[in-house]
Amino acid sequence: MSNTIDDIGISTTGERQAVVATPGATPDQDWVIVARGLKREYDMGGEIVRALRGVDLAIRKNEYVAIMGPSGSGKSTLMNLIGCLDSPNGGEYWLNGMLVSAMSDDQLARVRNKEIGFVFQTFNLLPRATALQNVELPLVYAGIPADERKRRATEALDSVQLGPRLHHRPNELSGGQRQRVAIARALVNRPSILLADEPTGNLDSTTSQEIMRVFEELSRQGQTVVMVTHEPDIAAHARRVVVLRDGIVESDERRERFVDRVGIQHATTKVAHD
Amino acid sequence: MNPLEAVRLALNTIRTQKLKSAFTLMGVCIGVMFLIAVVSIVNGMGVYLKDDLVGKLIAINSFEVRHRPNINMGDTDAETWREYQRRKRLRDYEVPAIVEVLPAGTRYAVTADASLSMSSRYGGGPRSVRVTGVEGAFFDIKSLEVTEGRLFAPQEYVMGTPVVIIGPDVVERLFPNLNPIDREVRIAGLPYTVVGVAESQGSAFGMSFDNVAYVPLQAPARRLLNTEQSMIDAVIVQSPSEAEMTEAMENVRQVMRMQHQLRPAQKDDFSLQTADSALEFWNKLQGYLVLAGVALPAFGLVVGAIVIMNIMLVAVAERTSEIGLRKALGARRRDVLAQFIVESSTLGAVGAVAGVALGVLLALLMRTVTPLPTVVAPWSVALGVLVGAGVGIVSGVYPASRAAKLDPITALRQE
Repeated sequence: MSNTIDDIGISTTGERQAVVATPGATPDQDWVIVARGLKREYDMGGEIVRALRGVDLAIRKNEYVAIMGPSGSGKSTLMNLIGCLDSPNGGEYWLNGMLVSAMSDDQLARVRNKEIGFVFQTFNLLPRATALQNVELPLVYAGIPADERKRRATEALDSVQLGPRLHHRPNELSGGQRQRVAIARALVNRPSILLADEPTGNLDSTTSQEIMRVFEELSRQGQTVVMVTHEPDIAAHARRVVVLRDGIVESDERRERFVDRVGIQHATTKVAHD
Repeated sequence: MNPLEAVRLALNTIRTQKLKSAFTLMGVCIGVMFLIAVVSIVNGMGVYLKDDLVGKLIAINSFEVRHRPNINMGDTDAETWREYQRRKRLRDYEVPAIVEVLPAGTRYAVTADASLSMSSRYGGGPRSVRVTGVEGAFFDIKSLEVTEGRLFAPQEYVMGTPVVIIGPDVVERLFPNLNPIDREVRIAGLPYTVVGVAESQGSAFGMSFDNVAYVPLQAPARRLLNTEQSMIDAVIVQSPSEAEMTEAMENVRQVMRMQHQLRPAQKDDFSLQTADSALEFWNKLQGYLVLAGVALPAFGLVVGAIVIMNIMLVAVAERTSEIGLRKALGARRRDVLAQFIVESSTLGAVGAVAGVALGVLLALLMRTVTPLPTVVAPWSVALGVLVGAGVGIVSGVYPASRAAKLDPITALRQE
């Protein structure tokens, strides 16, 4: 891989600032995600809650980024915006050169289908459908014919070592296997970003490591990964860590810097190094 | 998402939720079942009246000139009835003028009939029998044949020979275990010789058409058939085709009006009875009965619709997180809308198909165990399935639109 840890991270900070500092300009195709002054406010029964108060963020292709922050920091709101599940009240959000912040509901649905692969904390598999049917779901909405769907879904399940479990239902699979089905589903439509929301939140530490290895491998293969988590040792698996606090970016740094600063002593971070 | 995909998804959901689906189907199923059954009763009655009853009484492409209709299906009010009573009776001297205007190829017969008592020295006591004096092509028009003996010879009509053809019921009663041919029978005390036994004409509504006897119109019993010798009851005319029958009817109408010296403004004081005119009342009644047959089961369908809507609302609530997930994975509003509408209409259609099957079974069952002559109407089957699917669609719209409007973030968060 030509993209090593060194040419993303701090060395390009200036470039990032340049990208987010030019409102209205279509970002270079190298940039998968560009958010400029992203704002999101909620009206909670007359009281305005300012969940995001102007977030600037730029993510290149093939980056592996963790978004961290305590609860209430706005990280879920940011994830919803990045995932095109929600629209901002202010600012711009560019995904792959498309100005997503100006799109209608149905356009957003298209974008989610084509560009985003979701992995959820609670897996969110259809309980009555087999692993194969679950993985086929995004392809159904993409209008892919049945035989091609089946082929691609089988491939995706093979790639997460679930080839022998195609026809198992979620309740016949372990937590780690379920999350791998969800990862296969996220990847089956070849999205530009894999967007994971607390992907290890419902897993024990061994299984968490297993899932983190899958993410690491995907990143190595060139997949852009954005992971939202509140656990520093999980965040430390990414190559870049963005920390939110009170609706703004508090820090945005390389993993090494983050680990040094926060002082995580976890055996698994070494595994991720290799 | 293509429509086939949506149907497959719907069938899948129905299959995985068998019990719930079965309950949901029940309303539509029962509604459609009764629709099919009730319509089959009405339809069966109609077929029965047309083919068996009126068809037996009035031959194809024929009409009967009478002073008043003899088949009345209950639509005669008192005023009309009084007018019937005042009408002039048909006379035999009016017949030649009628025959004069009949187009070539037309057959006709003259009849007079009454219930008279018949007896023989072989059987039980006197029996009341419908005796018809006939002349002309009566047996040809009615396609009536003898199973034993013969029909009347031409000279027997002319001479008024006291010969008689009797129905199977009369044979059974007056000649038990005997061949009646050439034996004597008495009609109102007058001696007649049996020359033939008429074939059975069956029965309708428990009324036998076999308790009958036919004599030449000019035979001695003639004076007993009507109060005056010259009175007759009907001139029966049969044409080779429907068009020619219409022509013949018009000619006869004109000649009858002339003979009765009616002015143009006056209404006919005689009746030209056809199978259609005899069935007029039934056709009117059948309309109402079909309406009732459709309207009453419709209540069942309304209940079915409410049940489906309720179940679909529950399904939407239960599957909120599924809907959220589908939206996250790229389902648009119309995909979610289609999913739930197809699901509910599939439920409705499956219920309707089950209802059709049960309705047909019920109709067959009624035909075997009750005297109701049910005949399943094909249109009611089509209507049943359409209505079932329609009920499904209508009752699915509201729950589906609720599902389609769900916000994916809120929906995803719901467990």
